[in-house]
Amino acid sequence: MTEQQPAEANTQIRDAVSAAISENSVLLFMKGTPEQPACGFSARTVGALQALNIRFAAIDVLPDQRIRQELSVLSNWPTIPQLFVNGELIGGCDIVMEMYQSGELAEVLGDGSEGPQSQVS
Amino acid sequence: MPTTDEIRQRIEAAIPDARANVSDFTGGGDHFEATVISPAFAGLSRIQQHRMIYEIFGSEIGGPIHALALKTLTEEPND
Repeated sequence: MTEQQPAEANTQIRDAVSAAISENSVLLFMKGTPEQPACGFSARTVGALQALNIRFAAIDVLPDQRIRQELSVLSNWPTIPQLFVNGELIGGCDIVMEMYQSGELAEVLGDGSEGPQSQVS
Repeated sequence: MPTTDEIRQRIEAAIPDARANVSDFTGGGDHFEATVISPAFAGLSRIQQHRMIYEIFGSEIGGPIHALALKTLTEEPND
């Protein structure tokens, strides 16, 4: 990746982010991993998904800052974490926690949680 | 580095009839929490409501404003 022109590499990252969003029914972009979150907001969001026993894919944005840049361009959302269900941005930590507490999260995830659990990095 | 008061004023100036309550939840001057009440949120999804606020700060979010936790309401909660 270091050998490529920056613009080309960014396009590749954007395509990879976009593909991950469409391929995973429940996908969380986060700092760190579900096992070892690197930020309190990511940790709380993972906690809500785990409390509902939801299978989800997770992408750590920390290894390459371009992941976060390209994700934010695609999603029009500036912060991490970001939860996608069936290709749509559900929200960041605040919205996910509000929806968890109101029961809406369980509803939204009711038919989106059957996909295979995978770890992408 | 923005202050809680500055963040409150910018939110209230940008969103019609908004009232904001902003706190610095770590005391470090870069992790903020805002509750914003505005009739302008009516009919919008939470995502759209939060985007309206994030847009006020642009690239400051993730920069000088490391975190801005949001809660948006269309009216005062009854309690």
